[in-house]
Amino acid sequence: MKTILKKKGFLVTLVIVLALFCLAFGGNGEPADEAEEEEEERAPFAVMPVNPAPMTGETISVYNWGDYIDSEVIDIFEAETGIRVIYETFETNEDMYAKIAKGGSSYDVIVPSDYMIERMIQEELLQPVNWNNVPNVKNIDPRFTHESYDPEFKYSVPYTWGTMGLLYNTETVLEAPDSWDILLDEEYKMDMFMLNAPRDTTAIALVMSGHDLNSINHDDLADAKNLLIRQKPLVLAYVVDEVKDKMIAGEASVALVWSGDATFCMSESDTLNYVVPKEGSNIFYDSMCIPHNARNVSGAEKFIDFMCRADIAAMNYEYVGYAIPNTAAIELWGAEEYNASPVNNPPQETLNKCQVFKYLGENTKLYDTIWTEIISEF
Amino acid sequence: MKNKALTLPFVLWAMIFIVVPLVMIVWYGVTIEEPIPYTEIIQPDGSVIYELENGSRTTEKPWQKRAVVSLSNFKRMLEPTYLRLLLRSLKVAVITTVICLALGYPVALILTGRDFKRPALWLMLLILPMWMNFLLRTYSWMSILENSGILNSWIARLREAIPVLDEWLLARGVRRRIIFLYNENAVILGMVYNYLSFMIMPIYTVIEKIDRSLLEAAADLGASPAKSFMRVTLPYSLPGVLEGITMVFVPAVTTFVISQLMGGGKVPLIGDIIQNQFGKSSDWHFGATLSLLVMVVVLAFMGALGRIDKEDEQSKEVRIL
Repeated sequence: MKTILKKKGFLVTLVIVLALFCLAFGGNGEPADEAEEEEEERAPFAVMPVNPAPMTGETISVYNWGDYIDSEVIDIFEAETGIRVIYETFETNEDMYAKIAKGGSSYDVIVPSDYMIERMIQEELLQPVNWNNVPNVKNIDPRFTHESYDPEFKYSVPYTWGTMGLLYNTETVLEAPDSWDILLDEEYKMDMFMLNAPRDTTAIALVMSGHDLNSINHDDLADAKNLLIRQKPLVLAYVVDEVKDKMIAGEASVALVWSGDATFCMSESDTLNYVVPKEGSNIFYDSMCIPHNARNVSGAEKFIDFMCRADIAAMNYEYVGYAIPNTAAIELWGAEEYNASPVNNPPQETLNKCQVFKYLGENTKLYDTIWTEIISEF
Repeated sequence: MKNKALTLPFVLWAMIFIVVPLVMIVWYGVTIEEPIPYTEIIQPDGSVIYELENGSRTTEKPWQKRAVVSLSNFKRMLEPTYLRLLLRSLKVAVITTVICLALGYPVALILTGRDFKRPALWLMLLILPMWMNFLLRTYSWMSILENSGILNSWIARLREAIPVLDEWLLARGVRRRIIFLYNENAVILGMVYNYLSFMIMPIYTVIEKIDRSLLEAAADLGASPAKSFMRVTLPYSLPGVLEGITMVFVPAVTTFVISQLMGGGKVPLIGDIIQNQFGKSSDWHFGATLSLLVMVVVLAFMGALGRIDKEDEQSKEVRIL
């Protein structure tokens, strides 16, 4: 009898605990369908050719970031040209760099970011693009070319671009912020997220203290460090990928984010908005390049040209969602809607103050050292 | 010798997965990367040619690096920043171990108690969560403790239901959302939860093996339960306690994910910094130097525990004599 009672006691406890959990979750979540807005089905921008070209046996290998292309675009390329695409993906610039620099594997098109392009140009790992074979480069907005990583616009064709900025909750941040100063505002004490990324967060602190965001000057970096130490009591947490879930859940009011994450968060929550502060910020590019040891250079040029075509770039933007430098594609996709997004269209004055990261080589260590000092301050 | 041949797979295993990595860590720890040396030669036409040590010449500035033996990383390791991080790791690990012991020992004792029915079932219930990935368990704690988490939503509901309580709490300055996460206590909670069963298991195993007749003899000779615990159970369970302490302390002092998730990056431990060196900062050399430091600390700790164990054996023998 005693054991049965005990068992019953156990069951009752279990039921109570489960009920409490249901209560907690039940109240929290609104029905999932409500959050998902219905999106209009758009007509596809590009379609498969009716009579696909016969496969020529020619191949090109493309090495891109994971989940960074509409796979249908590749199918269309293959059908139009008869060139087979071997598509591989990487997770970080450093992974990609190691594969190219150590030889071994050869790719025809790669998509590194700005500072990595600068490094690869320095180390002679890229070859110049022959613009005669890439006529669609005319679609690329000149605002996004000749950046410091490729000042002569010889080696790289911008694929997407983005910025660092502030993601904020419009319900709790009543006055739309336009300055980084909100990151020092006592009003949002323990109510903001910063990025747990040495270079990125320190760069913003450099901008906030009026210095160049690529500075390797010790005094400048000391200013940035002191600013971040002063800010630390206001910071709820230093996060990386978690910031998306947490901002959508309303965990804090303000967060320093990359615009790609901001796009995702804003598509999940109506109360979030994004701004690139007026003092300027980091702007980053992922660009298509041809490595020095490419086997099929003409195929690579065909692929790059294809990706710059208005209909293809528009179709790809629809899938990838990162801001694109392709004027003709934006026009085709719907310039008004595209420009309505603060992610795609920061004011030109602000954009003029945005800078790409330079490749700092050994000096990157300076950032790591002060970052360790900042987070270990207690 | 047949027996020796049988050990070959293990020896091979140990060589590949224990000795080689250790040698690599030591090698990385005592070396640094530096640019290869070169001399600039200015040509008559003003262009520059770079000559390497082996005599080869290029027109491009050499960027390659090579590893050279240097103790500069040891000097960097002794900077206050890193020592403070190590001290904090030790502090957090000690607190975690003490809490695990304070919670785990009584649990093991109760489970081995004579009146306790079905200890195997309860033991399984304790171990069951350990079958889940620890990241999952830690994420669960996060969703309980977050500002927008379960606990805060319960508190909010309670305060809504009882306005008097709400006013009372507000008057005492308690915010509507209480921040449980993102501090050292949250990190300790996460560690205690993850490591508790490592404390219970060895203690349970040892106590269970204690010869019951010893306890009966103690009772016969008039010892109170407290006294027989002090004189019999406690000394005999000490090996289990020491093992439990090792099994909690060592992972606690080297952990990195729990502190990042529960502490929100605000309570970095030495493990986090080591992980950063191998990841974000890609400075394997300094990372290896730091992990050598942690290894020394752990070895010293194990050595101290081993000594306690030995002394205990001796004193037990004396008592029996």
